[in-house]
Amino acid sequence: MKTKLSRRSSLLRMGGAIAGLLTVSATRAAKAAVQTIFVSTTAPKGYDPTKHKWLMCIDDTKCIGCGLCAEACKKENGVPEGPYYRTWIERYIIPKPKPGSDQTRGEAIVDSPDGGIHGFPEPTLPKDQIEHAFFVPKLCNLCENPPCVQVCPVGATFKAPDGAVLIDPKYCIGCAFCVQACPYGSRFLNPVTHTAEKCTLCYHRITRGLKPACVEICPAEARIFGDLKNLKTDDPIQKFYEKNRVQVLKPHLGTEPRVLYAGLDKEVR
Amino acid sequence: MTGEVTNIVVEAIPHFEGYVYPNEGTLHPVWSTLIVIYPYITGLVAGAFIMASLVRVFNVKALVPVYRLSMLTAFAFLLCAPLPLLFHLGHPERCYEIMMTPHLTSPMAVFGFVYAWYLMAVLLLELWFDFRQDFVVWSKTASGFRGILYRALPLGVTDVSEQSLRLDTKMEWILSIVGIPSAFLLHGYVGFIFGSIKANPWWGNVLMPIMFILSAIVSGIALCVFNYIVLTWIRRKIVDMRCLDTMAMFLFYALLVDAVVETLDVLHRGFAAEEGFAVLQTMIREKLFYTLNIGQVGIGTLLPFLMLGALQILRRRVPEAARRTMIFCSGAMILLGVLMMRWNVVMGGQFFSKSLRGVMSYKMEFAGQEGWLTSAIILCLPFVILTVLVKLFLSEQLPVSEHVSQKSSTT
Repeated sequence: MKTKLSRRSSLLRMGGAIAGLLTVSATRAAKAAVQTIFVSTTAPKGYDPTKHKWLMCIDDTKCIGCGLCAEACKKENGVPEGPYYRTWIERYIIPKPKPGSDQTRGEAIVDSPDGGIHGFPEPTLPKDQIEHAFFVPKLCNLCENPPCVQVCPVGATFKAPDGAVLIDPKYCIGCAFCVQACPYGSRFLNPVTHTAEKCTLCYHRITRGLKPACVEICPAEARIFGDLKNLKTDDPIQKFYEKNRVQVLKPHLGTEPRVLYAGLDKEVR
Repeated sequence: MTGEVTNIVVEAIPHFEGYVYPNEGTLHPVWSTLIVIYPYITGLVAGAFIMASLVRVFNVKALVPVYRLSMLTAFAFLLCAPLPLLFHLGHPERCYEIMMTPHLTSPMAVFGFVYAWYLMAVLLLELWFDFRQDFVVWSKTASGFRGILYRALPLGVTDVSEQSLRLDTKMEWILSIVGIPSAFLLHGYVGFIFGSIKANPWWGNVLMPIMFILSAIVSGIALCVFNYIVLTWIRRKIVDMRCLDTMAMFLFYALLVDAVVETLDVLHRGFAAEEGFAVLQTMIREKLFYTLNIGQVGIGTLLPFLMLGALQILRRRVPEAARRTMIFCSGAMILLGVLMMRWNVVMGGQFFSKSLRGVMSYKMEFAGQEGWLTSAIILCLPFVILTVLVKLFLSEQLPVSEHVSQKSSTT
């Protein structure tokens, strides 16, 4: 006898198939969560991210705008040529107010030609018209609440327990949602790998006891890097935040950056 | 020499005014025309479905003639909704990870699930319940490919007894009720993809999902008007004016609510005048002048609003042919206006730097992944699919069972 399929049995079968799919998805999500913490970084075996808490501080009064940090970063991390930077330097030129105006200063002129790698050209303003001029190194702000991590649809970007915000290039689908979500312009799509990329604090170096390339090369010691969980006596990090009143970029967005600046101006965003 | 080469390169890349972050100085914005048509297509799905729900849930009998056309429209566009996203990905071959290793705080990941739910649990099921009886009837007369298709589609459930049909109708009603919030969720989430980006003052806005839903309803109804008139014109049939007038009425009220909410958004932004307001003003006055003020507001909202509004007041005095033309033109203009709105949202958010110190000019490419040709092809694809669906399931040669026209009165 031919059995007739009833609506109920058809629906039950469809429901079963969907439930099966969802179970597979949950299992894979769990597996991925484990993987992102323990496997897909450039850290050596035996590195325990829970035993470190990295912090980057920038003494902005010391930066001389030489651009060595940006250049070292490109070389160390194989960042492609073109408008792609894991770190860069901005120059701010704040003109004197126009005579007779009731302003305290003129409108800031900001530039960062080639991310500052080749230094900066002479300012277009004559020196006697400049009130202040200074450089600001920029990089991933190591947010405690990173919007880029929040929006990644596959969980390819994640915050490691040691505070570094990393990307697993094997998972990244290249949707660029994180590029849009980063308020600091610190992310880009790598034109070669077609995945998102950003400053990793030179994760392959710091997990082996070295400093990030930009910190290592800075001749003015404007970049100070350290591990809050393993502070040494006379640690420069501790000195930095004891000595300075610190600021972060775009604090109103609630991202809680862990890149601390001393000596910032209100024009810096 | 090096200096000369650098100058050439600098001139070749897009023109920037003011300061943009070095990573923002790429050839074209990271989200381009494909991401413009993605919310456009999704919105048309949600809108067409809500239009169909007016028949099923709110018992608007005048709209029965366009019920199936609206449902098939929603289905054809839903099939194409993820395509722009897929084509835009740097690694499309990894797209399944959105479902397999989802990151649930991401609006884009949740969209994947809402999409799957909407396609599988709402739209496909509702269409199946609606067409099942007809499939059984058609399978008796049709032969060849059509015969195989009509025999396969009931999935073996060939019971067409009175009781069984009553259950079909009841299930459709339940699915429609589930479908309305699902459609809101589907397109609300698309709005949330932009609204959730607090880094961008043009996007980060709580009203964004609501504006997306409302404009989706408007565009969906406009699309049904467009499709209905084009279909009757191709078939040399007479347009059911009661149906068309009712669609025009709903279109008018939806447009009214949409325009009010979008005006509220502009007023709020102007009043709050938060950080970045100056750059937003530049966008409205310069960068998006034509697409926003003329395209979205003028052609997409004001003109159809006046025409449809006039029809609401003077309906009886306007001759049928003129009414038909006015409604058709309003529908077409709204479809264009909503496309402009998507452009203004998506591209507008990328025409200025997140440093709020600079703006960029952008020249659309013709071919390639980010070229407008790809987007145009994807935008045409749902119409091709709809043509096939209409030929298969709304063919004039096929007898339509009586319960279709009675359904609205039985629920």
